[in-house]
Amino acid sequence: MPGAPIVEIDDVWFGYDAGRPVLRDIHLAIPRGAVVGIMGQSGCGKTTLLRIIAAQQLPTRGTARILGRPTRELDRDGLFAMRRKMGMLYQFGALFTDLSVFENVAFPLREHADLSEDLVHDLVMMKLEAVGLRGAAHLMPTELSGGMGRRVALARSIALDPQLILYDEPFTGLDPISFGVISRLIRQLNDLLGATSIIVTHDVQEALGVVDYVYFMAEGRVIAQGTPRDIRASSEPFVNQFVNGSSEGPVPFHYPAPEYGADLALAG
Amino acid sequence: MAFFHKIADEARGRLEHLGGNVTAVVWRLGFASRFLAYMFMHSGTALRRFRLTMAEIYFTGVLSLVIILVSGLFVGMVLALQGYETLQRFGASESLGVLVALSLVRELGPVVAGLLFASRAGSAITAEIGLMKATEQLSAMEMMAVDPVARVVAPRFWGGVISMPLLAALFSGMGIFGGYLVGVQLIGVDPGAFWSQMQAAVDVRSDIFNGVIKSVVFGVAVSWIAVFEGFDAVPTAEGVSRATTRTVVTSSLAILALDFVLTALMFTGGNGG
Repeated sequence: MPGAPIVEIDDVWFGYDAGRPVLRDIHLAIPRGAVVGIMGQSGCGKTTLLRIIAAQQLPTRGTARILGRPTRELDRDGLFAMRRKMGMLYQFGALFTDLSVFENVAFPLREHADLSEDLVHDLVMMKLEAVGLRGAAHLMPTELSGGMGRRVALARSIALDPQLILYDEPFTGLDPISFGVISRLIRQLNDLLGATSIIVTHDVQEALGVVDYVYFMAEGRVIAQGTPRDIRASSEPFVNQFVNGSSEGPVPFHYPAPEYGADLALAG
Repeated sequence: MAFFHKIADEARGRLEHLGGNVTAVVWRLGFASRFLAYMFMHSGTALRRFRLTMAEIYFTGVLSLVIILVSGLFVGMVLALQGYETLQRFGASESLGVLVALSLVRELGPVVAGLLFASRAGSAITAEIGLMKATEQLSAMEMMAVDPVARVVAPRFWGGVISMPLLAALFSGMGIFGGYLVGVQLIGVDPGAFWSQMQAAVDVRSDIFNGVIKSVVFGVAVSWIAVFEGFDAVPTAEGVSRATTRTVVTSSLAILALDFVLTALMFTGGNGG
């Protein structure tokens, strides 16, 4: 992975409660221009890690250096200045339901740039064209399908041409066509804007077709990393189980429970 | 001996529970106060881009007009009926206008309009902000480097603060009109006496101005409670539902308690002096 890191996570620990760490000893270095996947099963800490990268949470220990600045040192203005260079796509889009598609995409432009109405119109139309929804500009979010909503949210997240784009479970609940459309858009927009993208997902097979590099997480730690080819060829039992979707492996099918016979009152 | 130990343990448990509840209430009040202070500090957007606040005045004020005007009309009509019944026993039915106007301007206008405002607009503000939180819209706004307190909360707060006194004034005006309809048109009280006695008895400073102060205080209280409950709501369907209920209950109690305190300060002080 060539290029200087745009995201550096160095020995990061984090816990919502003292004594119960959600993230443990995390090290990441993500270079400019890359599309990186953070994968793992639900509850492994990957969304928390994304929140650390977005500076929505500060590490309990260690340093998160994003776009060259440690998040711990940022005040409110510094935080907002950094976020102007970031875009984030939420799991279900998080579109503003009282605004039309056009106004949703125009929102960051109106908030941060003093542009003429004509220029705002042209920029919004360009962003919507990039996600194939220029014709839906007049619709309200409630009139969109799940996949269309996700594409509008993507257009909104790139409205200010961010350097870093974060995706929180972008494929959840999509049909196969929308799935393919979103994954192609993530790759295309990243390369077109010269941005860096981080995708948090558990949809392994689709994500492996888009990303340049993968971090695999389990129980708050990074347990494997490498290119998609490395991951597919990995001998790590957890990665194998996850990539192949097998019920046999280190992640048990059964939640810990007392003896079956005891629960059915068969013992003794 | 063991019996006394058991009683002592139980008493200590109850005291701890009570203490925990009191601490939680104080902590929440402190949190709400810090939230209010933060909102005041970041109200620049709401005032600079006043169209954001105007939109909320429309939402909380204009859309509450029907319930406020209809309620005001009926309250005034009932006041006139009840008032006439009592006043005529003492041969003072000509003072009906004074009774209706003072009751409305001093008490019923701000209080009933405040209670209606809390149920109609306060609950809507809490539900809207709570749902925005539950659907990650506030979080998305933060990630776009836009402070949701400045962009979403402050315009709703100031919209409520501005709307409330106007709604209370309209409520009182409509109530007086209702009193006129029943007292003068229906019962037949002399219209000259109705209006002239009202004009002579209602004082701008001690009656109308004090009523306006009450409605502004109620507007601040209801809007503060509504935006805070929405912003602090647990981001689930049940959490938003509970927050909306809390807004209506807490606002109503706050209005009644504040009304007592303000009335004691304004009118008792005046009489004493």
